[in-house]
Amino acid sequence: MSLILDHVTYEYGIGSALPVKALDDVSLQIEEGQFVGLIGHTGSGKSTLVQMFNGLLKPTAGNVYFQGKDIHDPEYDRRALRGKVGLVFQYPEHQLFEVTVFKDVCYGPKNLGLSQKEVELRAFEALKMVGLQDEYFYVSPFDLSGGQKRRVAIAGVLAMKPDILVLDEPTAGLDPKGREEILNLVASLREKMGIAIVLVSHSMDDVAEYADKIIVMNHGKKVFDAEPKEVFAHVEDLEAIGLAAPQVTYIMKALKDAGYPVRTDAITIEEAKESILEMLHR
Amino acid sequence: MLRDITLGQYYQTDSILHKLDPRIKLIGTFWFIVALFLVKNFIGYAVALLFLAACIKLSHVPFKFIVKGMKSILILLLITMVFNLVLTPGRELAHLGPIKVTYEGLTIAAKMAIRLTMLIIGSSILTLTTTPSNLTDGMEKLFAPLKVFKVPVHEVAMMMSIALRFIPILLEETDKIMKAQMARAADFESGNLIQRAKSLGALLEPLFLSAFQRALDLAMAMEARCYRGGEGRTKMKPLVYAHRDYAARAIIYLFVIATVVLGRMNIGL
Amino acid sequence: MNIIETKNLVFEYIRRDENGEAEGVTEAVDHVDMQIQQGDFVAVLGHNGSGKSTLAKHFNALLLPTEGTVLVTGKDTSKPENLWDIRKRAGMVFQNPDNQIIGQVVEEDVGFGPENLGVKTSEIWRRVEESLKAVGIYEFRKFSPNKLSGGQKQRVSIAGVIAMHPQCIILDEPTAMLDPNGRKEVIRAIRALNDVENITVILITHYMEEIVHADKVFVMEKGKVVMDGTPREIFSRVEELKKYRLDVPKVTELAYELKKSGVPMPDGILNTEEFVEAFRKATRR
Repeated sequence: MSLILDHVTYEYGIGSALPVKALDDVSLQIEEGQFVGLIGHTGSGKSTLVQMFNGLLKPTAGNVYFQGKDIHDPEYDRRALRGKVGLVFQYPEHQLFEVTVFKDVCYGPKNLGLSQKEVELRAFEALKMVGLQDEYFYVSPFDLSGGQKRRVAIAGVLAMKPDILVLDEPTAGLDPKGREEILNLVASLREKMGIAIVLVSHSMDDVAEYADKIIVMNHGKKVFDAEPKEVFAHVEDLEAIGLAAPQVTYIMKALKDAGYPVRTDAITIEEAKESILEMLHR
Repeated sequence: MLRDITLGQYYQTDSILHKLDPRIKLIGTFWFIVALFLVKNFIGYAVALLFLAACIKLSHVPFKFIVKGMKSILILLLITMVFNLVLTPGRELAHLGPIKVTYEGLTIAAKMAIRLTMLIIGSSILTLTTTPSNLTDGMEKLFAPLKVFKVPVHEVAMMMSIALRFIPILLEETDKIMKAQMARAADFESGNLIQRAKSLGALLEPLFLSAFQRALDLAMAMEARCYRGGEGRTKMKPLVYAHRDYAARAIIYLFVIATVVLGRMNIGL
Repeated sequence: MNIIETKNLVFEYIRRDENGEAEGVTEAVDHVDMQIQQGDFVAVLGHNGSGKSTLAKHFNALLLPTEGTVLVTGKDTSKPENLWDIRKRAGMVFQNPDNQIIGQVVEEDVGFGPENLGVKTSEIWRRVEESLKAVGIYEFRKFSPNKLSGGQKQRVSIAGVIAMHPQCIILDEPTAMLDPNGRKEVIRAIRALNDVENITVILITHYMEEIVHADKVFVMEKGKVVMDGTPREIFSRVEELKKYRLDVPKVTELAYELKKSGVPMPDGILNTEEFVEAFRKATRR
């Protein structure tokens, strides 16, 4: 079931004076049901990388395999692949266009050539899954709030029943509660549907809690690919490329520097609190 | 990246042509094109070519760069030439089956090719040496007298200038929406005409919506910055003729007159 | 002196159904009384749809009150003769960096405001240079805005406003569409304007880290001001903030959680240094 990128390079402007390597020899693997955090600042190549996952872009060197097959093989059905590797772009609500929410969510499965009945069943399930109330199903998507629109857009990809769901900055522009709700939704999708998640973000705080592994990109290169705690241990390296560890990590480091024997690999408030209380009760 | 496209193909360098007032360059280009159409013989073309070569030299734009821009219209040029070559009646030079090439055809085709090539190179020198905003400024000022006839000259110039700024942004947006719909298994490439037109709705509707939103936002931002039309506005970069502009204007008129006079002499070429 | 003052401000709009018939009235701003002093750094917090942007648009006379009054430098925004004077004194920066830059070259965009005001050419150039330097993007003055990052574009927008020499600048979620680095650049530029140029700043945001340095914070919910005070006072009320769909910085939250578990930490911790210091005091026997 896994997705493999094998020495993938993507260069644009080839033949011009200044060719740019958006991706430079990137190899990685996404396993079934895995939660992957993909981190990098603007221009690090992470948005180019996710377009490799579903074949929207073709590597200028290297190969992409899904379930063991080369997706750029001439015979390979890349349209079907887009149903298997669902990609939710940044500000996905900008792609909504149908007259009703329900019809818009039907767009993806319909393009996959499914029967009308199956299309509607999937759209219904997807909208339920993202937690949109029934009363909004038949209104225009443009009458919804920002957070609701984003849920509808995510449902539009979910309705294709992907094995891997890739979300590019799904919390951009939302308020704190809205951010939390979307992150919880994404985590619940993995739990309920067992699908793999790739969450693209600028912020370690967004992915720290749920990710099985974190991939860090910089200047088109993969610089880290490991478990969160291992990645966060390299605070200085992260800062050198303009990123930061989760805020809690900094507090714990400061406490440790002040002489308190606390765990510096705590990522969430909960873990930090436990570690501090444990130290105090000893 | 689509945003890197330089519209109108401006070439950044320092030259006397870059420094010239855009109004002079607009006037010059206009009269150059008029002259090309008035010329009847090859001497005229030779004079025009001389003028063009001088401009290219003065512009400091690499010749290769100018020629590159010609590539896209090469086919158009060839088709025009072939049509003239085989469809003009007259003295036969050679034939291939039913197709006949005439002496007159050859002359007309050659003249047509020379005229078109010079026309395109001439006008591309204008855009290569003038920034789009400079160009709109020039047009605004040149057409300013039309205000008397209630022509909204300032507004049109402002619209052009905003369009130039937003075209790359909208191109990028088109690309983004297209990819987002393709990620939902949309197919913009295959199918018959009706299917394709239908699938374009998924692209065009979000695009229009976003363009409208941008327009509303921009209007509000302009209002917040005290924009209220051309009345009472001053200019950060006002257009003022310098000595070199007067000199350039004299040279342009001289060349144009020479081209037309020599080009219309009856010397049988 | 109050640079901006609202008295009993109400803004209503009529909701319409699909057939364009009036369905009801929404009070986007609901009886707001607010005073903002010259030179202050004021933050207005609220979740999306809380009415904070609608409120902000009143400060620049882009919207006019349904009821009550808004005074900007003592001038009533509802009087048409005051309009341009108010817009000159209270500049506005919006959320989307692409949709507020008019010029095709950075310096031309910054000159747009002064051009509209009829400032003479040599003075425009002086102001453009000074404004670009104030926000640290002078080196990009000849660039096309399309080649800049989000944070740089927002700084161009800010420069475009300060070139009009306003007394007050209102920023309506200027960082919502930026990445963390862009956000930092913009906040740094805003703080410098407030500290160095003494321009009054009104920052509308939902990022809690950005309001730590404010002199005063207003929290909005359903068109009303529901909390106001210094950042420390606001952050001391964690549960209340959460009720309004807001958040506190992680360091504040951790201190709050420890307090709940019996560690005597004070309320309203704003940064890591304060946290460590407070923790030392709290655990000293």
